[in-house]
Amino acid sequence: MTHATSMGLDNRKMAFWAFIGSECLLFGSLISTYLVYKGRSLTGPYPHEILNIPFTSFSTFDLLMSSLAMVLALAAVQRGDMKQGKLWLLITALLGLVFLGGQFWEFSYFVHEGLGLTTNLFGSTFYVLTGTHGAHVTVGVIWLLTLWVQALRGKLGPANALTVEITGLYWHFVDVVWIVIFTVVYLIQ
Amino acid sequence: MVEVVEEVMSAQGEGDKMATEQAHATTGTYLRVAAILVMITFIEVGVFYVPAFQNVLVPVLLVLSAVKFTLVVMFYMHLKFDNRFFTFLFGGPLLLGLAVVVSLLFIFYGTVRLRTGS
Amino acid sequence: MKSWLTTTDHKRIGLLYFWTAFGFFLTGGLEALIIRAQLVRPDGGLGVSAETFNQLFTMHGTTMVFLALMPLSAAFFNYIIPLQIGARDVAFPRLNAFSYWVFLLGGLFLNASFIAGPLFGADRLSVAPDAGWFGYANLTSREYSPGPNVDFWLLGLQILGIASLAAGFNFIVTILNMRAPGMRMLRLPVFTWMTLVTQFLVITAFPVITVALVLLMFDRFFGTHFFLPSGGGDPILWQHLFWMFGHPEVYILILPAMGIVSEVLPTFSRKPLFGYTVVVYSGVLIAFLGWSVWSHHMFSTGLGPIADSVFAGTTMLIAIPTGVKIFNWIGTLWGGQIRFTTSMLFAIAFIAMFIIGGLSGVSHAAAPSDLQQTDTYYVVAHIHYVLFGGTILGLFAGMYYWWPKMTGRMLSEALGKWHFWLTLIGMNLAFFPMHLSGLLGMPRRIYTYSAELGVAGFNLASTIGAFIIGLATLIFFWNLLRTRSRPSNAPNDPWGGSTLEWAIPSPPPAYNFTVIPTVESRMPLWQTERHAPMAALPARPPAPIHVPGGSWWPMITALGLPVVAIGALSHLIPVVLAGAAVVIVGIYRWAYEPFEM
Repeated sequence: MTHATSMGLDNRKMAFWAFIGSECLLFGSLISTYLVYKGRSLTGPYPHEILNIPFTSFSTFDLLMSSLAMVLALAAVQRGDMKQGKLWLLITALLGLVFLGGQFWEFSYFVHEGLGLTTNLFGSTFYVLTGTHGAHVTVGVIWLLTLWVQALRGKLGPANALTVEITGLYWHFVDVVWIVIFTVVYLIQ
Repeated sequence: MVEVVEEVMSAQGEGDKMATEQAHATTGTYLRVAAILVMITFIEVGVFYVPAFQNVLVPVLLVLSAVKFTLVVMFYMHLKFDNRFFTFLFGGPLLLGLAVVVSLLFIFYGTVRLRTGS
Repeated sequence: MKSWLTTTDHKRIGLLYFWTAFGFFLTGGLEALIIRAQLVRPDGGLGVSAETFNQLFTMHGTTMVFLALMPLSAAFFNYIIPLQIGARDVAFPRLNAFSYWVFLLGGLFLNASFIAGPLFGADRLSVAPDAGWFGYANLTSREYSPGPNVDFWLLGLQILGIASLAAGFNFIVTILNMRAPGMRMLRLPVFTWMTLVTQFLVITAFPVITVALVLLMFDRFFGTHFFLPSGGGDPILWQHLFWMFGHPEVYILILPAMGIVSEVLPTFSRKPLFGYTVVVYSGVLIAFLGWSVWSHHMFSTGLGPIADSVFAGTTMLIAIPTGVKIFNWIGTLWGGQIRFTTSMLFAIAFIAMFIIGGLSGVSHAAAPSDLQQTDTYYVVAHIHYVLFGGTILGLFAGMYYWWPKMTGRMLSEALGKWHFWLTLIGMNLAFFPMHLSGLLGMPRRIYTYSAELGVAGFNLASTIGAFIIGLATLIFFWNLLRTRSRPSNAPNDPWGGSTLEWAIPSPPPAYNFTVIPTVESRMPLWQTERHAPMAALPARPPAPIHVPGGSWWPMITALGLPVVAIGALSHLIPVVLAGAAVVIVGIYRWAYEPFEM
């Protein structure tokens, strides 16, 4: 993929930015649905009764740190330091797993507290929105682990920096979506 | 959308050289950004618990979250340093999505009020 | 056979798109003819039951929009765009193949509902979708639609959305990044420009319908109440989400046809397109405004005076860039050396018919007038003037124009003239009376009507018109088929076109261009004030050209998607997982197979 392009930009990277743009509309529609149905649940539990801010703040912190790890991984791969690159890729993936574990715990806790998917509109909109985000995190973790395994097998080097960069774009995007969700769903009740 | 043409035409000048060699931020910048992000998150949660802020809670939180969003996009996703066309490719749909969310909320709450008379 | 299954050549994929979409076009047309035969006289002419009728109009609309018009445009995107910009292929050839296979399988999945009844324990053969092409809640709820019909619809559309999105990213990158040297943005042919604009609409609008369908899926499969008032949900939200997608979608359908017409008119007038830049920017503006009008589909839900006025205003605004385009097309004809080929006739008819459709569109941009027209045959007349009179006539113009390039064989002009005149007469006979029957109060989507309504004559005319269109389409089909047994007779440039695709043989070799041309003007093959026509390209490539080999993985990955859908449809989790496994394995093998660009 080294031949010149009309805009001097890499095809894959451009396609991926377009994909991220498209994802903005996907999450935009989900967040709209959440907001439109805010305060319209016919029965409880209601958001203020159940949302655990300290716990979710920790998840938010965790995801922010994973973004830091991701840029460090990319910087390492770009300068050819694969030892650091491998380490930070793994840390990013592990922080992602921690986030997913937290989400699993949160969902089980909510179900235990009586908020199921179909209990009320809050439950439905909450689970579909955060679940879609969680699915994105899951894909990201699998992607990161794939890169990590490739790196372990010596098949990922500075020549693949662009692949790592695109993975990073995806990962950071998932992070910014969470920044929005944290504010819109958790903090503004 | 109109900007796309200008963006593309301005990118034309840069011509054939692949833009993989753009200036990326340093590790120090990444760490500083991370520190700011964590700090803002603390402020957000703090503001949430302070009763005095209840009246301005929503705008304050929205602004803080927008700052975090922008920091990640600018520094971690490198839009600050990268080709401006990527900013268009991301920013265009982002603004579109935002406009759609806001107008849908207005229409929806407007019509609900009409229908229920409250 | 294998070479077609694994092909990543944009030209072959274009032909696959064409024939598949044309097959679905005939299917959707057949559905329309049954509908019209039923409505030929009061109280039903064919004895079609209400249930069957619901399935017919739902599948007619869904098929024409998603399986015929969009992919027929996609056939031209695939075949023509790389040629027009001077590229050897699209940016992501395997993703392109993937889009095609997903489209084919999604279309087959949707149509399998016609014979899947017994598998789901239904007492009838057909369990086709039956809630209308925009599937309004709460008709689509499990309570009112307990069978698998709506499930087929929502899963089918979800699959098709993946195909469109993948193609959207691919063509955005292709057009922006794969242009020949010197092919600046404002030297791109208008068809390429309109394709680019269309793809931006695709990648922004399709995520919205994806979300709407996911929410509907949760309502139907998992018992949520997103669109059900019984749990506090609001059916109106479905309408918002659907039309936020749906209105950009109609521009996704019309903009490529506008692009085709903007190629055909200059060629057969021997004149550059009048006001090229304005035509391009008008297209961009139409797309942009297309995002701001969705609620005009919902005036009758009671949006209130403010929203009504805003959406009426934005809707009427769209008439401005559209009118600008129409004047530019007419300006192109003015003083030109016009050749009335079949392609040209279709392009001119496009302008005339689209004006009628546009005017009836403005008439329901006004909310008070819309309240009279909504859900009547007037709206049916409008949509058919813009989508048949507009999109399909534009696509036919493109088929006559580019068929020689795509196959190396000329279509018969004599048969073409028959095709054209019968189509034009048939469509006006079929769709014009619908304005009148609609204004007289005939609702859309009814399977019988009473003689007292006073619309029997109009309906008879519509039915006769529909069958004339059917006859015309058969003539066209024959025209296409007979070229297959004829010798290659198309020169490089049978029409004297100005764009790059005419600089190379018909059909082009696998590598398209022996040498990538350097473009110096907007009409490289024409003499302009400042530029001589481009020099002929060498007949043989001066150096060996690498053409990417095929790949199985796009098709195999695509195969997993209908498997997932079948599993969901029949509530069999293992089948869903098996399908997902196929997709995942496909993606990994795809990502790590050697594929030299």
